[in-house]
Amino acid sequence: MMKYESQRVAMPYFVFALILFAGQIVFGLILGLQYVVGDFLFPEIPFNVARMVHTNLLIVWLLFGFMGATYYLVPEEAQTELHSPLLAWILFWVFAAAGTLTILGYLFVDYATLADVTMNKLLPTMGREFLEQPTITKIGIAVVVVAFLYNIGMTALKGRKTVVNIVLMTGLVGLAVLWLFSFYNPSNLTQDKYFWWFVVHLWVEGVWELIMGAILAYVLIKLTGVDREVIEKWLYVIIAMALITGIIGTGHHFFWIGPPEYWLWLGSVFSALEPLPFFMMVIFAFNMINRRRRNHPNKAAMLWAMGTTVMAFLGAGVWGFLHTLAPVNWFTHGTQITAAHGHMAFYGAYVMIVLTIISYAMPIMRGRPYGNSNTAQIVEMWGFWLMTISMVFITLFLTGAGILQVWLQRMPESGDALSFMAGQDQLSVFYWMRFVAGTFFMAGLVIYLGSFFIKGAAAPAEEVRGPATEDA
Amino acid sequence: MAERFTKSMARNIYLGGSVFFVLLFLALTFDTQVRAMPERDNRDQLTEEVVRGKHLWEENNCVGCHSIMGEGAYFAPELANVFDRRGGGNTEVFKSYMRAWMSSQPTGIPGRHQMPDFNLTQREIDDLAAFLEWTSKIDDNGWPPNIEG
Repeated sequence: MMKYESQRVAMPYFVFALILFAGQIVFGLILGLQYVVGDFLFPEIPFNVARMVHTNLLIVWLLFGFMGATYYLVPEEAQTELHSPLLAWILFWVFAAAGTLTILGYLFVDYATLADVTMNKLLPTMGREFLEQPTITKIGIAVVVVAFLYNIGMTALKGRKTVVNIVLMTGLVGLAVLWLFSFYNPSNLTQDKYFWWFVVHLWVEGVWELIMGAILAYVLIKLTGVDREVIEKWLYVIIAMALITGIIGTGHHFFWIGPPEYWLWLGSVFSALEPLPFFMMVIFAFNMINRRRRNHPNKAAMLWAMGTTVMAFLGAGVWGFLHTLAPVNWFTHGTQITAAHGHMAFYGAYVMIVLTIISYAMPIMRGRPYGNSNTAQIVEMWGFWLMTISMVFITLFLTGAGILQVWLQRMPESGDALSFMAGQDQLSVFYWMRFVAGTFFMAGLVIYLGSFFIKGAAAPAEEVRGPATEDA
Repeated sequence: MAERFTKSMARNIYLGGSVFFVLLFLALTFDTQVRAMPERDNRDQLTEEVVRGKHLWEENNCVGCHSIMGEGAYFAPELANVFDRRGGGNTEVFKSYMRAWMSSQPTGIPGRHQMPDFNLTQREIDDLAAFLEWTSKIDDNGWPPNIEG
């Protein structure tokens, strides 16, 4: 049941997130094809433009997802209405308009012209990986996030202070503070790179894990009815592990960009421990589900909650570990191994946690307190499996490409090694298979989105093992 | 988890652990940036030409296809050592290589990866070359493993 009317403001955030997600996958397919048909859509959409659209759409839709999740769960946790639903709506339109304009700018304006007309010269921040947004867009993101934090902070402060809310707020404040480093772009490339990682690494291997942990904990409380005290203790241990390993773990990015040699040791040791918090999330989710006090009828949400922990552990944990030790990274740095890890980690940890909260909250906001009808859930779960298995294959094919790339281009001595482009020709069979797996992912996404159009609602939950401690 | 491990113990590990490692990270950052980097990034060679080159690198989104020191996209060759690979470590040779290369893009060969024509002036190409030359001289623990990048 939706306990507070203002939670409903999460709905436009979730809907818009899913629309951008679809756009992201379309551009992913374009990129996948350009790897094998190099002049596909050239010069209309060169590779760099398609890549920028693909990665920026991902970042923006995940932010929409995090904001939607926050608007949904913070009032309920705090047991009060949202401070200002109107502000939440205004911010939605501002962020949606700014995001859309930026993407259209990438697609229809030459990048150097975009830099020129947005006056990048005044405060140059553009042209760095994932931070390609015009400076004005970056300022817009900062303003929207600060106003969002104000709205959420006022809500959280006036109500019940739960661990879920505190951890989520900490993660979001960290996200905002670290974003400020996107405005720092020294002329010295090594300094630029060093502080660039303060945004990129400390987001995805730092504060975003707090956001993920808090959303997961909230959904598990709701789905399993397990005592909040138990879940909150797990949450603290998980985020403790995330920050204890992940902060110094930033050093695994400092091996080959200029910083001194002690980072080879620090980065290797601490980042080798980074799989721990993800492994604990798997144990956490499965344990709570085994100890559940009710059989929640929203089986699809349960599947996403389990799935996100497993896939995050595989993608961020295992695939991260594969190439994080400096002697291995010496050969693999900047190859398709990195791409393989990036795809599964982002999908497993952040795409799937957003789809988890959407799977739980959307039916409730649509007047289906116990979830969608059985048919809709089955279709949604088909989407889950198709997208997830496709992502496993995308990752495996990119890993295959990466291993062969290392073998041909990196391992031999100068003179014997294949050049980058000659090596790429040898990888095309892997790229073709990756593209096919990508089309299956797209099919899974279409089926997943289709599940939202199936009518009907699930019946109430049945309790097991005594009364659940909280409402479903 | 055992009952004697309480929620407040878990919270204290989280708070204590994160404060400790944030402070350690800041101290290491200070040491890296203030003590170590001036010795390693040849900043005395960071001329205005190099700075202009970096802005050109950014304003044309070069990192959208290429990698530089292994970071960026993996669609086109690594460029942190292109000064050594294509210029043989010689400034003039590299500049002429860059002029020839930039003026021959895109190749238009069917099915091949295409590099756009960025319409750079001779001076801009020289700035870009200076930026890539400077980058090639950063002490990056000897990466990449061979000349191919």
